[in-house]
Amino acid sequence: MEMSKDKLLWMYERMQLIRTFENRVKVEFGKGKIPGFVHLYAGEEAVAVGICANLTDADYMTSTHRGHGHCIAKGVEPRGMMAELFGKATGTCKGKGGSMHIADMDKGMLGANGIVGGGPPLACGSGLTAKVNKTDQVTICFFGDGASEQGTLHESLNLAAIWKLPIVFVAENNGYAESTPAHYHCSVENIADRAAAYNMPGVTIDGNDIFAVYEAAHEATARARAGKGPTLLECKTYRFNGHFEGDAQTYKIATENEKYQKERDPLKLFRDNVLPRRLMSEAELKAIDDRVAAQIDGAVKFAEDSEFPDVRETYTDVYVSY
Amino acid sequence: MAERQLNFGQALNEAMRQEMQRDPKVILMGEDVAGGANIEHLDGDEAWGGVLGVTKGLVKEFGRERILDTPISESGFIGAAVGAAVTGLRPIAEMMFVGFMGVCFDQLLNQGAKLRYMFGGKAKVPVVIRTIYGGGFRAAAQHSQVLYSLFTHIPGLKTVVPATPYDAKGLLISSIRDDDPVIFFEDITLGAMKGPVPEEPYAIPLGKADIKRPGTDLTIVAIGKMVHHALKAADELQKQGKSAEVIDPRTLSPFDEETVLQSVQKTGRLVVVDESHPRCSMATDIAAFIADKGFDYLNGPIKTVTAPHTPVPFSPPLEDHYLPNPQKITQAALSLF
Repeated sequence: MEMSKDKLLWMYERMQLIRTFENRVKVEFGKGKIPGFVHLYAGEEAVAVGICANLTDADYMTSTHRGHGHCIAKGVEPRGMMAELFGKATGTCKGKGGSMHIADMDKGMLGANGIVGGGPPLACGSGLTAKVNKTDQVTICFFGDGASEQGTLHESLNLAAIWKLPIVFVAENNGYAESTPAHYHCSVENIADRAAAYNMPGVTIDGNDIFAVYEAAHEATARARAGKGPTLLECKTYRFNGHFEGDAQTYKIATENEKYQKERDPLKLFRDNVLPRRLMSEAELKAIDDRVAAQIDGAVKFAEDSEFPDVRETYTDVYVSY
Repeated sequence: MAERQLNFGQALNEAMRQEMQRDPKVILMGEDVAGGANIEHLDGDEAWGGVLGVTKGLVKEFGRERILDTPISESGFIGAAVGAAVTGLRPIAEMMFVGFMGVCFDQLLNQGAKLRYMFGGKAKVPVVIRTIYGGGFRAAAQHSQVLYSLFTHIPGLKTVVPATPYDAKGLLISSIRDDDPVIFFEDITLGAMKGPVPEEPYAIPLGKADIKRPGTDLTIVAIGKMVHHALKAADELQKQGKSAEVIDPRTLSPFDEETVLQSVQKTGRLVVVDESHPRCSMATDIAAFIADKGFDYLNGPIKTVTAPHTPVPFSPPLEDHYLPNPQKITQAALSLF
């Protein structure tokens, strides 16, 4: 598929931003600077970025507990995200949500979600809003292989199908629901094969190949915008880290992680694609690497330098009216 | 000229109709709320309009783009109502019986109630969940529950329980206009109850109790259908020379503590009537904060009249024994003198 230079630059920068952000979060978490839990997206960048390359700020997205990559791909500002993880008042959610609840309504990012399967019904809601308002906004509903077994997903697939909602459901199959492998918990080999049960198209894709993801998403978003209803995409991918940071990952086969990082890293696959074809140069890629590194350094400094919220903030934003 | 009388269900219907006329962002969804989706001959008055007919006729006026029949997918459509609300619509979603909350609780507990807070105030969720509650019609344990106490417990939700057709219309209009998620409880046995209801739209503020009967010797706080039992008990008590003030909170969250405190300051005695189970209920909640803030006003203990700590039995004599009634309220009141 033909892609403009601008789009290629954007794709690489977004993926690098996610990778650098997540690797840095790992470091800062290790130092004790980030309270609570983090669930890292490193290794899955091509999915979020390949999908979001088809979106605008007006489009909606629901996400998961592993939401940092979705946020960055959708255009949420990394500075505010880092401050949110640190629990500071300058965080995207004023420090009141944390890693699992980062949201940016201006970018249509309806929140990372701490409940597995919590997103799909909300996606039916934003899809319904677009339909009632007769806009061409599309909703991307990210969920994991774990959530594929949650009742909420199945209700949402059916509801989206009968109401022809403008949604692209994206199963990020990274092979594990926490420590339980997909080949155990999932009754089918390919989650996308379940699409037929809901009378919608289903496509299984190599989720580490950003061009394959982009192309499938291009078709699915166009379908949705044209009022033809939902699609179920399954992106096979892999997470380089544990379910949560601190997870010993004993359930992974010893050499598996190393193999994926060496051979299936989406950033490496992108380089291997564009460089030989001279779509981009080493210098351009390096310039992006440097810019992103500086940006993330800046984000951490911003987070460190920011204040915690005043304790009175505990009592605000519960209701609109009081 | 006689005031126009509507029954409870008609009052609710009118509230929804008038709000939907006023604001195109208001939509309604739920199981059979129109009825007979995809069946061509059923778009008129023949369609169910809700299991109790409360939403009858709305699909004829507003069409199936705004009145949406749903599959039996509570997680799906209650969650969709939350998602639609957070993206700019003002949905009313019907949870047919409050006992069904079990199959979709996450969508309210962890999503609807908390999105605004977790997102640092950058979202609002103006959704109304209307639900049928209460016992007394022999529908047995799963279909006769009260459960407003569970929702009142959750920060981020508001809970509203009207007792009369007048309150039903005014409170539903306010709930629809409110920018927060409201769980709106409709007692199953009050459907046919008639009362004066003004034709023009009117909004009764949430968080404001109503003194249904002024009195001087004791305060009875009663919720929903219990208001009518309390009024009957008050008549009986009057014959025995005791003047009871009956307060209907109307909104449970936020609760109008001030009205109850002022009353208890006047009377010195309090009975709380709540169809809930006794543990962790509105009755115990009200008793606790009045015992704290109104301690100096009280001449004796706070009495609660509730259902027992059992599921709702099916057999009529058992269910009648289970439910609070005017006699139990009168007994509790007299024990304070």
